[in-house]
Amino acid sequence: MFRATLKSLMARKLRLLLSGLSVVLGVMFVSGSFVLTDTLDRSFDSLFSSVYTGVDAQVTTKPKVQGGDGDPESSAAALPASVLETVRGVDGVRAVVGDVVGPARAIGKNGKVLTTSGAPRLGDAWAEDLSGQRVLREGRAPEGDREVVLGGFLAKSGGFAVGDEVAVLTAAPKQTYEVVGVFGYQGGRDSLGGEMSISFSPATAHRVLLGGPDTYTSVTVQAADGVPQDVVRDRVAAAIGADYQVKTGTELAKAQTDSIGEGLKFFNYILLGFAGIALFVGAFIIFNTFSIIVAQRTKELALMRAMGASRRQMMVSVVLEALVIGVVASVVGLGAGVGVGALLARLFATFGGGSLQLASIGLPAAAVVSSFAVGILVTMAASVFPAVRASRIAPVAAMREAATPDRPLTKPTVAGAALSATGGTLLGIGLANGVLWMVFSGILVAFLGVALLTPLISKPVVAVIGGLLSWSTPGTLGRRNSARNPRRTAITAAALMVGIALITGVSIVLTSATASITKVADSQISADLIISGEEGATFEPAVLDRVRSTPGVESAFGFYSDYAAVDGDRMHLQAVTDFPAMQRLFGLRATAGSFADVTGRTVAMAEETAKAKNLGVGSTVTVQLAKGEQQTYSVAVIYAKNGVMDGVQLSAAAAADFSSAELTDAFAKVAAGTPVADVQHRVEPLFADNPEVSVQDRSAFVRQQAAQLDTVLLMVQILLALAILIAVLGVVNTLALSVVERTRELGMLRAIGMRRAQVMRMIIVESVVISVFGALLGLLVGSGLGVATVRALRDQGITELGFPWARMGTYLAVAAVIGVVAAILPAIRAARLNVLNAISYE
Amino acid sequence: MTVTVGTSTSTAARAVGVTKVYGSGEAAVTALDGVSVDIERGRFTAIMGPSGSGKSTLMHCLAGLDDVDSGEVFVGDARVTGLRDKGLTDLRRTKVGFVFQQFNLLPTLTAEENILLPLAIGGRKVDRAWFDTVVDTVGLRDRLGHRPTQLSGGQQQRVACARALVGRPDVVFADEPTGNLDSRSGAEVLGFLQRSAQEFGQTVVMVTHDANAASYADRVVFLADGRIVRELVEPTAEAVLDTMKHLDGGVA
Ligand SMILES: Nc1ncnc2c1ncn2[C@@H]1O[C@H](COP(=O)(O)OP(=O)(O)O)[C@@H](O)[C@H]1O
Ligand SMILES: [Mg+2]
Repeated sequence: MFRATLKSLMARKLRLLLSGLSVVLGVMFVSGSFVLTDTLDRSFDSLFSSVYTGVDAQVTTKPKVQGGDGDPESSAAALPASVLETVRGVDGVRAVVGDVVGPARAIGKNGKVLTTSGAPRLGDAWAEDLSGQRVLREGRAPEGDREVVLGGFLAKSGGFAVGDEVAVLTAAPKQTYEVVGVFGYQGGRDSLGGEMSISFSPATAHRVLLGGPDTYTSVTVQAADGVPQDVVRDRVAAAIGADYQVKTGTELAKAQTDSIGEGLKFFNYILLGFAGIALFVGAFIIFNTFSIIVAQRTKELALMRAMGASRRQMMVSVVLEALVIGVVASVVGLGAGVGVGALLARLFATFGGGSLQLASIGLPAAAVVSSFAVGILVTMAASVFPAVRASRIAPVAAMREAATPDRPLTKPTVAGAALSATGGTLLGIGLANGVLWMVFSGILVAFLGVALLTPLISKPVVAVIGGLLSWSTPGTLGRRNSARNPRRTAITAAALMVGIALITGVSIVLTSATASITKVADSQISADLIISGEEGATFEPAVLDRVRSTPGVESAFGFYSDYAAVDGDRMHLQAVTDFPAMQRLFGLRATAGSFADVTGRTVAMAEETAKAKNLGVGSTVTVQLAKGEQQTYSVAVIYAKNGVMDGVQLSAAAAADFSSAELTDAFAKVAAGTPVADVQHRVEPLFADNPEVSVQDRSAFVRQQAAQLDTVLLMVQILLALAILIAVLGVVNTLALSVVERTRELGMLRAIGMRRAQVMRMIIVESVVISVFGALLGLLVGSGLGVATVRALRDQGITELGFPWARMGTYLAVAAVIGVVAAILPAIRAARLNVLNAISYE
Repeated sequence: MTVTVGTSTSTAARAVGVTKVYGSGEAAVTALDGVSVDIERGRFTAIMGPSGSGKSTLMHCLAGLDDVDSGEVFVGDARVTGLRDKGLTDLRRTKVGFVFQQFNLLPTLTAEENILLPLAIGGRKVDRAWFDTVVDTVGLRDRLGHRPTQLSGGQQQRVACARALVGRPDVVFADEPTGNLDSRSGAEVLGFLQRSAQEFGQTVVMVTHDANAASYADRVVFLADGRIVRELVEPTAEAVLDTMKHLDGGVA
């Protein structure tokens, strides 16, 4: 039996290749994800262990607001110099260094702030380096308050050399320094992990990074020989008391690695999700291929039955064939995945992480196990139905002239309706309650349901689509061919539907989000100018005063943002400079109390937040800010939240205890009759020192927000492209199998005068009909998904429903092009058929 | 020995010294060995011979479906030998019609659409009067809207005949058109081919190994081992059978 199966496989190499390829691509995605994340994980592992080389323990202040994600820039107040002295005296401590570290961003020669892709941009004091890793490559140490030394990566990115001037943004206003040196790290590295660093003289570092002398960001401790890290940690902790926390170098490295690892894990889940979609589509292709093959081999299989083969043997022969394809595809997919993973890791290291030192490419067990499990399972599962059908072929079919007639569509239609309903219900419940697994399984089940329903709807729909394409005889023939096997056409189209539906759904959600943002901006924000910084850039409160006094500005306000604990709950809140102005410019409506009353120890609170906390005007809450002690505030006003304001706001006085004493956002209203552009031109120069802060009018602001959503859409489209590619393989496969099946018919057509070009046109029309049908289904199902999701996200601020008509039209057009492309090879094959061989083909 | 038969001045198709060899070296099979034959216009010619004698090959060569290794083939006044795909397609569109043993019709089209398919493919006008004449002759008037699956084998083959005729080609080629039919349906098809020659002056070339089928023809050409060995004009079934027996004996 196994031999017969192998022979039958080898005899149909094309089929093996195409159906196998769909699994290969899916498995490649799976193993590629694992290899990529594993490699990055180990690279970051070694990065952080090298960052903390020579650090046995580190002392910091305990963060006042707990539960943050360990973001060093927003954490904790500085340490007084006295701690340094105390630690120095602890038994077993060999050396102590007070670290002075803070955000520092260099401005490039083009006037734009230099950016990394995620790695920090830091300033520190040029001091003794306990790790012994830093190497001064050129020049000398910085002295005085006008000199800096640049990290190699920053120097290279910005094109700075010793002797150049460099403008730097820190907690202090922008200042220009002279580059007096460039440093790197052991092993010729420009940076440890793609970070951009600037070293100042110690006094300057204190002033520009921490705002004054005698305080430190942290204290780094090196233990005496033979004293273990945890012993030093415990002794230091005992010496300095409960206001501070001490961690060993190993703990710190692990914490960093873990937090990156969490991110990578999430990233991996996303990739695996898309891999799952690709495999799901691949299963359609396998299913279709096996169904077609079983149908084409009906006579052969019946003959075997007539010669005494059992049902079980028939089934086994099909499943065995699937198993072989699954195993081969898994092996190839796993191998290809290692290649893809390695390539992506390299791309990431080159473009994403600056100069991240890549760990060697490994093959994690998870990749191997999941590749085989998934590849083989998907293939076998998809072959079960065709196998059962093969086993049901009656021996007498060997004697019958035609292949088995079309089976009625009742069963699949009923099952499809049931599945669609189940899927829709699951999706609905999942969306309503925010249960992710219900949402996903609902979508999957709904896809299966719709796929089962497609044969039924294919007839009328295909007739209409085909009608548009059948202006010539080959077109008519192509259209009729696509209506010939409704199931085959339907499954092929359904595979394409999955990808297009998902893209359409996401696109609708994002379009709706953009529409909602626009609506909010137009109906709620009456500010004409919006001043905000990217990547957490901030600006001095004094600048806001100058904005306010700019001619043409009617009113302006701004706010500071930070995390704080309100009644023990960590939340993001704002300190607002001018509540009445905010009320006007944001169109807020107070439901109780008055915005004018928010002063001193009082807060403004959104109605929903107040309700959740069971508070009213006059009630009190405790607020712990980044600095200072916990305080009691009373609620001065409760307002109906809108698209721009929600949560809790404090008066500007509270900002003194925020981590940063600078504003994050500001809004200005232009006096009636003054052109906004004029005022914008007058306001922009106020931020000339701060290139990361932009002054935008309302429409530019909306465009910027929408552009971010477009990036998301682009990523989703790229990741779903593989699912669509697999669906295209499916179209190619179906057409190729049909061409083989209709060899004689094609020969006859050629014999009675059909030209090669006409044969090709016929196949192309068939292909375009199938893919346009799939795209239409996808647009329809995707619209359903999108609308349902938008409905469910109403509370998250997506109040508008928007259809991306142009984009949906593009998807349809792309599907038509896909149809043409998919038809090329089968069409060439059909056109090349030797007429004589074709008609005498048995 | 090469026997050249047929000397009519009006030939619808002509083979001159055609040789066709399949394979090469040890495995080479000479399917046609210097065959020259004239197919007379307006007559029904049968090509007979034992299995493997080269009948189909001769027909394929005459119809331009296969190329020849040496010699020349003409259909009407056009030289077929040496034509490229485009020329051959044009030839098939205008000068020849085919009836195959099986798998003759497109299952997606009705009988009428199948009959008109060559004209549709070639973008030619339908001569309605001629179409009606052909349809009535094959007796399919009430079946025009049916699909092939709804027709009997004999009816399908008659549709195929009508399709071959509707374009008024120089020659209609039929390869064992009755091979898959029962004797009654076969007789209908043969009768129709005969009438189309007699009544419409349609040149018909039919390959068969059935003496009874050959007896419908005006003339029978006998092939053995890739050579033309005999010719009968206005044959009876008995005469054909006799000749065949003689051939089998003589060759064996
Ligand atoms: N495509 C081919 N390849 C090799 N040999 C062939 C091919 N077609 C026919 N032949 C050989 O050529 C000879 C004549 O075949 P054919 O014309 O089909 O005979 P007939 O139709 O009289 O039965 C036979 O010996 C046959 O085996
Ligand atoms: Mg033959």
